[in-house]
Amino acid sequence: MNPTDLRQPRDLAPIRALIASRKRYDAVFALVGLLALMVGVLTFVALFADMAIKGLPRLDWDFFTSFPSRRAAQAGILSAWVGSTLVMLVTAFFAVPLGVAAGVYLEEYARKNWITDLIEINITNLAGVPSIVYGLLALGLFVYQFGFGQSILSAGLTLALLILPVVIVATREAIRSIPQVIREGSYALGATRWQTVRYHILPYSSAGILTGIIIGMARAIGETAPIITIGALTFIAFVPPSPVQAQPPFISLEWLFSPFTVMPIQMFNWTSRPEAAFQVNAAAAGFVLVIMTLAMNGVAIWLRYRLRRNIKW
Amino acid sequence: MLRERAIEAVLFLAALVSVFTTIGIVYILIKESVVFFAQVPIVSFLTDTQWTPLFDDAHFGIAVLLSGTLTSSLVALAVAIPLGTVIAIYLSEFAPFELREIAKPFLELLGGVPTIVYGYFALLFVTPLLQHIYPELPGFNLLSAGIVMGIMIIPYVSSISEDAMRAVPMSLREGSYAMGATRLQTALRVVVPAAFSGLASAYILGISRAVGETMIVAVAAGMQPNLTFNPLEPAATITAYIVQVALGDLPHGSIGFQTIFAAGLTLMLFTLVCNILGHLLRRHFRESY
Repeated sequence: MNPTDLRQPRDLAPIRALIASRKRYDAVFALVGLLALMVGVLTFVALFADMAIKGLPRLDWDFFTSFPSRRAAQAGILSAWVGSTLVMLVTAFFAVPLGVAAGVYLEEYARKNWITDLIEINITNLAGVPSIVYGLLALGLFVYQFGFGQSILSAGLTLALLILPVVIVATREAIRSIPQVIREGSYALGATRWQTVRYHILPYSSAGILTGIIIGMARAIGETAPIITIGALTFIAFVPPSPVQAQPPFISLEWLFSPFTVMPIQMFNWTSRPEAAFQVNAAAAGFVLVIMTLAMNGVAIWLRYRLRRNIKW
Repeated sequence: MLRERAIEAVLFLAALVSVFTTIGIVYILIKESVVFFAQVPIVSFLTDTQWTPLFDDAHFGIAVLLSGTLTSSLVALAVAIPLGTVIAIYLSEFAPFELREIAKPFLELLGGVPTIVYGYFALLFVTPLLQHIYPELPGFNLLSAGIVMGIMIIPYVSSISEDAMRAVPMSLREGSYAMGATRLQTALRVVVPAAFSGLASAYILGISRAVGETMIVAVAAGMQPNLTFNPLEPAATITAYIVQVALGDLPHGSIGFQTIFAAGLTLMLFTLVCNILGHLLRRHFRESY
């Protein structure tokens, strides 16, 4: 380039025009981005409004206290929500201790060796396995091999395995955010590894772990495919035997082996019927299901948000 | 000290549960599939063009179910990849802080909606809507199932892509701005290429999601095996077929029943390859900066 060019005033108009046109593309893209986000928002609004408009008129007390029925107007979700609650109990009972223990092991105890690598790769892969494959595992293992049958126990165990990676990953992330000085301080005072975990690591990471558990449970409560695969019946007009009884020993585990139905299966059943009256029931059940999962996810997001703001190490 | 050892051993066993889960999945799928492949040669499983396991004249051509899976997944990806990428670029490079703080949890909520609800939405909302535009569309079709599945996958694709783009160091952007580039030029020519392995991993993990998705296709695409690549037709996917058999009352051990394990094995192998590839790429972008 000729050095004199730099000193002479140049015609800036074409350059300015070029910049202006590039800036226009910027504005256009910002608009496109907003529109793309709107697709998500609109879908969600449409989905929610559609179910609310169709389903809300069906949502009365009777809907929650009636069994499914051949007559759509009398059908309800009693056996479904009771079943969902019991299955969630089993799922939480297994997934929470196992997931938290595994997370603690991997963060605080595991040495850097091939076994640890294997476990870590495994967990990442399990998180990506389609849920229906867990259903096939449960069908072969819990239902036939172990002889648990198509019971609440089989379903709860299946969903526990399904959400285990979620709980483990959340536990690890919560533990990882605790600074090293906390551990060093604890060890300096003579605490053992377990004492450090028990009195420092677990309490400080509990909110983060809770977030992960809630998200995992929200996922489990909406899962349909693995429960269908283990062969859960769709027409259940009874409630499993009560876990608490009047006679000693007062606590009964009979319900674990009871046939059952859950909310998403009830909804699937009603959705696949051709009669419009049942589809109204499906809308009502779907509305309840979405409110439940949204509430759980909302609580989890809020917890995480508060956590991020309140951290003062 | 003994107590400490015992606790460590218990925690280690809990961590091993995940390994046993994988072993259990592989063991069950292979064990039950072996029974199936003892009766159906693997060559005809791969090359037959009919899937009629419940007929007297039974055919077991997995290609029929694969075609349904591929078609619905392609529709889903045609929705999720462009929208997910644009959203990710927008949120990472353009959106003001407040909008991002609202949009991200919202997208997360969208990903938390149970799939059966999306299935209901595809069958009873999107399909009637599409029938207004194209009246010949049958009540069950791969198109509406695929579209809804795509929308379901958007949060998944956008969050991994956005993570990848935010991992690109500021200095690269600053260099680009210093050369006079605009935001869009910086985003498309600097940030996206630098985050490419992350984007690729988001797409691949999205594919694996779409292929394994069950309830939306089982509800909205019909369960008729149909060798087709036309999204306007009804067809069964691998996952929908498993649901169909599980809903029926075939006895355990019959050849019809064993088919679902062979179908499940196919599904598992496909998603496994996708997941491994996706995570290798993801690790690559995490390590490169």
